[in-house]
Amino acid sequence: MPSSVMPTPRKNDGPRPPAAVSALGLRKSYGDKTVLDGIDLHIPAGSVFALLGPNGAGKTTTVKILSTLVTADAGQAQVAGHDLTTAPQAVRAAIGVTGQFSAVDGLITGEENMLLMADLHHLPRREGKRVAAELLERFGLTEAAKKPAATYSGGMKRRLDIAMTLVGDPRIIFLDEPTTGLDPRSRHTMWQIVRDLVSGGVTVFLTTQYLEEADELADRIAVLNDGRIAAEGTAEELKRLVPGGHIRLRFTDPAAYRRAASALIDAARDDESLTLQLAGDGSQRALRHLLDRLDSAGVEASELTVHTPDLDDVFFALTGGADVPAHSEETVR
Amino acid sequence: MSSLSLAARDASTMLRRNLLHARRYPSLTLNLLLTPVMLLLLFVYIFGDVMSAGISGGGAGRSEYLAYLVPGILMLTIGGTTIGSAVSVSTDMNEGIVARFRTMAIHRGSVLIGHVAGSVLQCVMSVVLVGAVAVAIGFRSVDATALDWLLAVGLLTLVSLALTWIAVGMGLSSPNAEAAGNNALPLMILPLLSSAFVPVDAMPGWFRPIAEYQPFTPAIETLRGLLLGTEIGDNAWLAVGWCLALAVLGYFWSRSLFDREPK
Repeated sequence: MPSSVMPTPRKNDGPRPPAAVSALGLRKSYGDKTVLDGIDLHIPAGSVFALLGPNGAGKTTTVKILSTLVTADAGQAQVAGHDLTTAPQAVRAAIGVTGQFSAVDGLITGEENMLLMADLHHLPRREGKRVAAELLERFGLTEAAKKPAATYSGGMKRRLDIAMTLVGDPRIIFLDEPTTGLDPRSRHTMWQIVRDLVSGGVTVFLTTQYLEEADELADRIAVLNDGRIAAEGTAEELKRLVPGGHIRLRFTDPAAYRRAASALIDAARDDESLTLQLAGDGSQRALRHLLDRLDSAGVEASELTVHTPDLDDVFFALTGGADVPAHSEETVR
Repeated sequence: MSSLSLAARDASTMLRRNLLHARRYPSLTLNLLLTPVMLLLLFVYIFGDVMSAGISGGGAGRSEYLAYLVPGILMLTIGGTTIGSAVSVSTDMNEGIVARFRTMAIHRGSVLIGHVAGSVLQCVMSVVLVGAVAVAIGFRSVDATALDWLLAVGLLTLVSLALTWIAVGMGLSSPNAEAAGNNALPLMILPLLSSAFVPVDAMPGWFRPIAEYQPFTPAIETLRGLLLGTEIGDNAWLAVGWCLALAVLGYFWSRSLFDREPK
């Protein structure tokens, strides 16, 4: 994948912005199970990078390596310009990490968690209190500040987690599946938080298994599958990787649906919703051909829609998952 | 900031966190205090007459057995309190917050040092509480000078430190809190097999080596000597040697366990 397309070009930095994260040939195995099989990354400062992949693809392991929690078996990486192996402490000083499982101390209150972070960042007492109060306010936790963090809801814990990450004013933030397990409202809140972070100049490295999320937030997306990066680029670039889209026909009359299905044997059937789906790019010619076939079968669809490929199509094409929804599978194959 | 003062600052932050836990949820520590207090009352008021007949060749009163018993009970209190430390270390390691600490530019050892310092403080407080019960039911020291008291406090602190490092290692090597509680049980059982309740001479011959060659017996005999004026002999050096060896062993064991790559 060429890296000529820069998502957030910066005027003064010349052709290639400084990399917040760069990695070459990262490998990691646990026992004889290879989790990462040679990962290369180049993430420009100030951008949002999404590592997209199914469960077990190696997303969390990548974050753990880049955040100095575990060491890679092979390969090298720089984070914020510091080498992971020779200067881990300098890396730690530049990053903030919010893991998949909330890294808050449940036994103490939200406010105490924040002050703990302030103390560990060696902020003077008064400044620590100010920063803690500000962040609690910003993440809507002021009311809950005096309650033990263990009593917080999932969304609140995640917000507290990020608030704690921000105490040290990190330049690079790793978010490992920040919205997994959150309800839709909390998820949108989290997205807004990420956007605000980026507008403040922070580099965000996030992992997700939701395509929608990567599409919404990320400047660049890498699809991780089986420990390898299957594709990398902007959402638009990735969508171009999958040729064609599909045409969907919906019926209300089961009899018409059955007739259409027998006439269009190349269509993917969804008997539940009475829809048929055909591969096709939605060009005038393809549409006319389809309509002709419907006419000669003497059926009329209640609804016809044309879909250009979305990230779902890319994802399933690249990862070839087994539990693929029927329509996308057909689109891709 | 120099690395030493950085370490001290981070460790004291971690200590504050652990003390906050202990203050917010005192039930674990207090439950562990029940055992030594119950044993004290049981052996003095229920078994006291029989037990006292067995020491110093008979004819001793219940108060003499109380005096004999208290140093051992205090050591057992330390053993029991450190079980709590093993449990809380193990609980902590399974929390995401420790993973967060590992990704922060803080002194690496501060997490463990905070636990150890908190545990030693809790041990000392527990000893004070159980000691207060002992005094309330009639325990008095015999001819103990200010220096003796100072040495006694020093000995109790040293034992607390040594057992805590071992307990921290046990907590780190246990997969969960329940396992940590079980793995750390020897810290409470060993004092039962020492000279805490009856003199080693009064034990069956085959058992004597078990009671004699373990850390609690010399520590208890030394404390007895300091508080009650009995013969200390080699026990002081043995006790200090045991403590230093256990502390160093526990320290390196814990360090290597903590530096292991988290899963």
